Amino acid sequence: MEEQDHPYTLVTAIGGADGVYEDHVEFLQKNLKLITMKEFLENKRDLHLKIKAIFVWSLKPVINRELLQSLPNLKVIANSGVGIDHLDLRLISSFGVKVANTPFAVSNPTADLGIGLMLASARRIIEGHQMAVSPDTKHFSAAWLGEDVTGATLGIIGMGTIGYKIAQRAKAFEMNILYHNRNRRNGAEEQAVGAVYCEKMEDLLRQSDFVMLAVNLTPQTCKLIGKKELELMKPTAILINICRGQVIDQDALVNALQNGIIKSAALDVTYPEPLPRDHALLQLENVIITPHIGSATSKIRRLMMKNMVESILAGVRGLPVPNEVHG
Amino acid sequence: CSRCEPRLPVLLVYEVGGISGVLEALVPFLKKYFHLITMKEFLESKDRFAAQVKAVYVWWQRPIIDRELLKSLPNLKVIANSGVGMDHLDLKLISEFGVRMVNTPQAVCNSTADTGMALLLAAARRLVEGHQTAVSPDTKYFLSNWLGEEVSGATLGIIGMGRIGYKVAQRAKAFDMKILYHNRNRRRKDEELVVGAYYCEKIEDLLQQSDFVMLVVTLTPQTYKLIGKKEFELMKPTAILINISRGQVVDQDMMVEALKTGIIKGAAMDVTYPEPLPRDHPLLQLKNVIITPHLGCKTHRSYFMITEEAVQNILAVLSGLPMSSEVLPD
Repeated sequence: MEEQDHPYTLVTAIGGADGVYEDHVEFLQKNLKLITMKEFLENKRDLHLKIKAIFVWSLKPVINRELLQSLPNLKVIANSGVGIDHLDLRLISSFGVKVANTPFAVSNPTADLGIGLMLASARRIIEGHQMAVSPDTKHFSAAWLGEDVTGATLGIIGMGTIGYKIAQRAKAFEMNILYHNRNRRNGAEEQAVGAVYCEKMEDLLRQSDFVMLAVNLTPQTCKLIGKKELELMKPTAILINICRGQVIDQDALVNALQNGIIKSAALDVTYPEPLPRDHALLQLENVIITPHIGSATSKIRRLMMKNMVESILAGVRGLPVPNEVHG
Repeated sequence: CSRCEPRLPVLLVYEVGGISGVLEALVPFLKKYFHLITMKEFLESKDRFAAQVKAVYVWWQRPIIDRELLKSLPNLKVIANSGVGMDHLDLKLISEFGVRMVNTPQAVCNSTADTGMALLLAAARRLVEGHQTAVSPDTKYFLSNWLGEEVSGATLGIIGMGRIGYKVAQRAKAFDMKILYHNRNRRRKDEELVVGAYYCEKIEDLLQQSDFVMLVVTLTPQTYKLIGKKEFELMKPTAILINISRGQVVDQDMMVEALKTGIIKGAAMDVTYPEPLPRDHPLLQLKNVIITPHLGCKTHRSYFMITEEAVQNILAVLSGLPMSSEVLPD
């Protein structure tokens, strides 16, 4: 049936700051009938029974009770990226709607970014560039130093798909790898990357030169890294966050960075994003911040989009949904 | 006693501390094996020290080794250079005076390979621009379609597969990169297999297929301006060039042209010619360029390892023992 072949799918917008990408539209329209939020609001009467799917791209549209109530035939919500902390899974499930994300697509670029941020902070790449191009620079000092990544100890907190890929990359830099996770990985997996399990996160924090956060945001991991954890870390340690800003107690982090409790931090994620322009983190020299670009490559965004289309087509047809998130 | 000969061999360095002197923290280690004198001390008491200096430790290209200095050190046996690049030394001249030269290739490899990967990732994922956006007073929201290039699974072409190039390949392999390499000599089959590297006898083949091109060669007359107009045009328009060797390996004017007109996508260079570049140089204005201040092996640990290796090599020469890091003029 036509509607099943081209399910009516709600998107926030096409193009613009957080709409679906213009160069994805061709593929999307081959498979879905896209309805923008604007079109929906202007024509609720005609459209509200037709919409079977929502394509959540860059966290939009926001899924709330009101929206769910207005779409009685909604079957599936596909979300770009792996994090689903912005979705109320219980609420959505109470409407009989399935949720899918894109965990595998994001894993390589996010792991790459984690390693990139670790190297950038250890070797002071951003500062180095600023010096190299500054109008005030007259010569390069031989005494301006960074810290080695090769041979150092990396502590990975959260050893899921992304954490494991980070370990695989870090191994090639001859790093000593420690990890902490809800569940221990099996022996073969640990051996393949030379990772040592730390049942107590404190042990990992004490021994690591680099601490990498790669957990999901849940009530258990909210403010996982606070004053106590930062004080356990080495004063020469560098903290890298590629998961969610709320995993760190940001005020405690500012304090730790200002007072040399840890050496520096590299954050792809903060809370909120972006930070207010007068936030203390923006003033610190020993912080690198990137604008949540963990999965931001052309190749991967296209793959994410395709994964989401697959999930939607399956969900609308009542078939098992690839990448379904179970509450 | 001003006429006593020091117990330990006399080692001349340019200076200690400051922006171009030997790191203060390294001095206790050096003093275990040598009587250390600085250029200033030497010039102030040439008569006392001239005949005693057995070795010079060149730290980041200082002191400059010229005919005058060599003439004033009649018993000089060896010059040890910190780092691996020797292009700033006149090897022929030094060898005329019967002085041997050593460098520290082992100590620099890991840190320099790490720098290569750091620049590759920083350029691919636009980390410098990203940071600038994230902290800029004008930023109100983060754009969703702000994208970089995928590193995992991409093709890396390594030009110069010596110790450092090989370490780069080892690291790149963990990112599932496809690795091509071009080198004066082909590596052994088993070495190629370990890192999954394919030999490109013709540099053109490497340039045409690579998403990232990394320069890891020694600067010699053969590698001078190795990458020029022709080479840039062979590269993909989406390619990124990374240089961790020497600025002169690239035709800088051609690179500016290539970057401005989209012949290649971007560049990341730890080395330029000269260093630093003049403040009005066009490379400093380009958005698709990352420049770092020759930080290749500048880490605390590497500095110690470099000095350890230099000391070992100097002592080997002074005691007539064989050593592996001797550098001979071509």
